[in-house]
Amino acid sequence: MAAKTQTWYRPHIISNPALRWVLALGIGVYLAAAIGTLDINWSRVAEGWPRAQRFFSGFMPPDFFSRGDAILDGLLESLWMTVAATALGVLISVPVAIGGARNVSPVPVYLFCRSLMAVSRAFHEVLLAIFFVKLFGFGPFAGVATLTMATVGFYAKLLAEDIESISVAQSEAIRATGAGWLQWLDYAIRPQARPRAIGLAMYRLDINFRESAIIGIVGAGGIGATLNTAFDRYEFDTAAAILLIIIGIVMAAEYMSGHIRKAVQ
Amino acid sequence: MPTLTLTNLTKRYPTGDLALNDVSLDIPEGQVLALIGPSGAGKSTLIRCVNRLVEPTSGAIALGDLNVTQMGSRKLRRMRRRMGMIFQEYALVERLPVMENVLSGRLGYVGFWASWFRQFPREDISQAFNLLDRVGLAGMEDKRADALSGGQRQRVGIARALIQNPDLLLVDEPTASLDPKTSRQIMRLIGELCKERGLTAIVNIHDVPLARLFAERVVGLKSGAVVYDGSPEGLTPDVLTQIYGEEDWNATKEDGDKFLTQGEEAGGES
Repeated sequence: MAAKTQTWYRPHIISNPALRWVLALGIGVYLAAAIGTLDINWSRVAEGWPRAQRFFSGFMPPDFFSRGDAILDGLLESLWMTVAATALGVLISVPVAIGGARNVSPVPVYLFCRSLMAVSRAFHEVLLAIFFVKLFGFGPFAGVATLTMATVGFYAKLLAEDIESISVAQSEAIRATGAGWLQWLDYAIRPQARPRAIGLAMYRLDINFRESAIIGIVGAGGIGATLNTAFDRYEFDTAAAILLIIIGIVMAAEYMSGHIRKAVQ
Repeated sequence: MPTLTLTNLTKRYPTGDLALNDVSLDIPEGQVLALIGPSGAGKSTLIRCVNRLVEPTSGAIALGDLNVTQMGSRKLRRMRRRMGMIFQEYALVERLPVMENVLSGRLGYVGFWASWFRQFPREDISQAFNLLDRVGLAGMEDKRADALSGGQRQRVGIARALIQNPDLLLVDEPTASLDPKTSRQIMRLIGELCKERGLTAIVNIHDVPLARLFAERVVGLKSGAVVYDGSPEGLTPDVLTQIYGEEDWNATKEDGDKFLTQGEEAGGES
């Protein structure tokens, strides 16, 4: 058989060539227009440089001690807010996640739990914090409420998805023994979802700590409140100290959660 | 155990696939029945209908005068205790230790809180140890299931089914992912245990020679319908062709070489 040269092109994602070109051109034109509308004022950029230098040199050296008490108070408050909100959030999330897993729960329960998740995921933590500060007044209670609600939206959704992807064979095997529904959850679902549940809790602890530094700015307590005060008073060296502490804690949490996740696999 | 009776059993999946087409079978007490047939013939569906992991579309299943198809969920769970199931690919809960996997066979007998706190009755625990010993896994109780080899996992699967003290064993492709030697060992073990305990068993199996070794009766399923029901000796090449389709059932290596050459020639022509 004689060899014949042939060509082959990978099929395009959009098969209609006209549509493909129109889309590409449209995106290009829009991007150019968007950049054109930016209206960058280069003289202002030039003026900004020395100001940025002054601003950043204000951070140096970081001052951990002049406001040491305030920093420590804020930090401890943030930490307990984080732990309390994560624990509370996980506690609420577990039943919501079970209810929101299509392979475990009947349709009405599923829809109810899924809408709960959607509602708690709909708003960013800062919006929730503003809302809860109005509701409960300034302070860490509003912060805990905010972080708990945000945790439910995050944790329940991801855990529900993990439950939905469990092995059918394992769950069938436990059902075949004549186990009741709760026993089935305990023996077939729990062992399969546990590593993810613990990993997600660690991850959420990390997120909640970082968020606690943000929501303090709108009045929901914690290290964020201390940070905000430092900026308001132009105490950039104290602010720098707080930022360094936040970075340190987030890194420590990252390191720890990595180890814990490996241990529970 | 009384006779297991399937009457005009039909299962059509929501996708429209007809998995079982009017199957009727009587399986008397103590009989070990091999269910053979090509992939997709409905073997797995059939045994899953018996313990209603799959709901049949129509037809009836009866254990003596108990109607399995009409049972509510509470009665069904009691019924499932009497039906031990052994799975293809073992279906152990991978992250649980061997002991918890075996004890999970008692879930139909113990209450929720006892099972939650892993407080199984002493008899159950000593039975679990005896069974592990019997299937050749003594001392393995604290190993995690995912740390075992395929043959060992299936032995745990067998112990889990037997600790239910079942009357009926439903066995779904028990050797599908095992090597030939382990397959024979596992099949022999299942056969011995059925005899020791006088169990009725339905065994789905791909491997026809293996089925011939242990089964007293063979049922051939094709496209959801029974096309053979008889003794293992009756499985002539003609019968196998009827079940599986055209193939040379007595082919040897020499025939094999010829077969491959034929394939090449056929390929060259096109």
